[in-house]
Amino acid sequence: MSARFAPGDRVAVRRAYPPGHVRTPWFVRGRSGVVEQAMGAYANPEELAYGRPGQPPVPLYRVRFDQRALWPDYAGAPGDTAVVDLYEHWLEPSEETR
Amino acid sequence: MRRHHDMGGIEAGPIERGEHDYEPWEKRVDAIMRLLTHPSRRVMTVDELRRGIEALGPGAYDAMSYYERWIASVTEILIEKGVITVDELGRTMSAVEARWRQERAS
Amino acid sequence: MSHAHDHPHDDGHRHPFQPDLEDAPFAYHQVLAQAVGDVLVAKGVFTAEDLRRQIEAIDAAEPARGARLVARAWIDGGFRERLLRDVNAAAAELGVDAGGIPIRAVANEPGVHNLIVCTLCSCYPRLLIGLPPDWYKSRAYRSRAIREPRAVLAEFGTAIPDDIEVRVHDSTADLRYMVLPLRPEGTEGWDETRLAGLVTRDSMIGVALPRVPAAA
Repeated sequence: MSARFAPGDRVAVRRAYPPGHVRTPWFVRGRSGVVEQAMGAYANPEELAYGRPGQPPVPLYRVRFDQRALWPDYAGAPGDTAVVDLYEHWLEPSEETR
Repeated sequence: MRRHHDMGGIEAGPIERGEHDYEPWEKRVDAIMRLLTHPSRRVMTVDELRRGIEALGPGAYDAMSYYERWIASVTEILIEKGVITVDELGRTMSAVEARWRQERAS
Repeated sequence: MSHAHDHPHDDGHRHPFQPDLEDAPFAYHQVLAQAVGDVLVAKGVFTAEDLRRQIEAIDAAEPARGARLVARAWIDGGFRERLLRDVNAAAAELGVDAGGIPIRAVANEPGVHNLIVCTLCSCYPRLLIGLPPDWYKSRAYRSRAIREPRAVLAEFGTAIPDDIEVRVHDSTADLRYMVLPLRPEGTEGWDETRLAGLVTRDSMIGVALPRVPAAA
């Protein structure tokens, strides 16, 4: 499966709150970040968790966020970042600038 | 709804830095999980383990230790998949207790 | 505070109860763990020998194995590149089985300090550096490391200047992480074994830095 995003692309994490097994932490939903690295594709954990094969595999990305974009009251230094592993179906292109 | 295990960023107190040596039974649980998920067997996946732990609910999640949560989840998944039955598990648990009681007495 | 490596493990022959508690009930989940293993062996899902060997592998995985990789990367630039590309393959070069789950090394740089957490679970490169410390799995670490990493680092006695980026990695998916720390100053000419002695488990999680002992 070819990856939709490339390193440097600005992406937004979907604002979705389904029940069930999900690997997208609550704190990044609705936030924008930058693709740091494309990590290849993996069987979909949201399917594997229920005993299904999780095919086709889903591209996985390491997405970098500015800490101040995640936490308005972030108390660390301005340049601090967080990198979260996210599957492609949770990401959308984003026009938002830093 | 935000689920209990999804805890990144919530308020919490200081980090308790004490550590314990892993008990033989804890390593046994870890070893069982590794064998069940090994590509040569693939009886279950880590993803299923995590789903089972998340399903324990907030009370159980906090009250149980790490490997208690693991064995509880592994057991539920194995029963669900028909790998083991409730009845054989119940009988084996009784046998284990009887064996340990005997060892304790000797 | 850690006593995890001060004395040898005594697997297999330690009874799961104390002799002065003869009438106490056996701990439910310990009975369950024993019984689930017994049933799986009886049904031939795996053998008792498989189980024994797996427990040995758990005991064999310890931070010293990761420390060897770090020390080699410090003295061998080619190995460093290969480690950053593929930890599992680089470990295999040294005869270390890091398991089938891909592990990624994130390198500290003069301007970047890395810290590892798993907010959803407690993912950890256990096949490479052993079972995680209790605090790594705790609610306090999992919730705070991502939001106030500098406060967490301070609790571990690690101060990172504000002009250095603190980069927290949340390993919630299919990868595991280890930090490749910077080689401390004052270690010029040290051999690999001596360097490996500086690399602690905590420095590979990112809550601490390798330090040259004052006496060295």
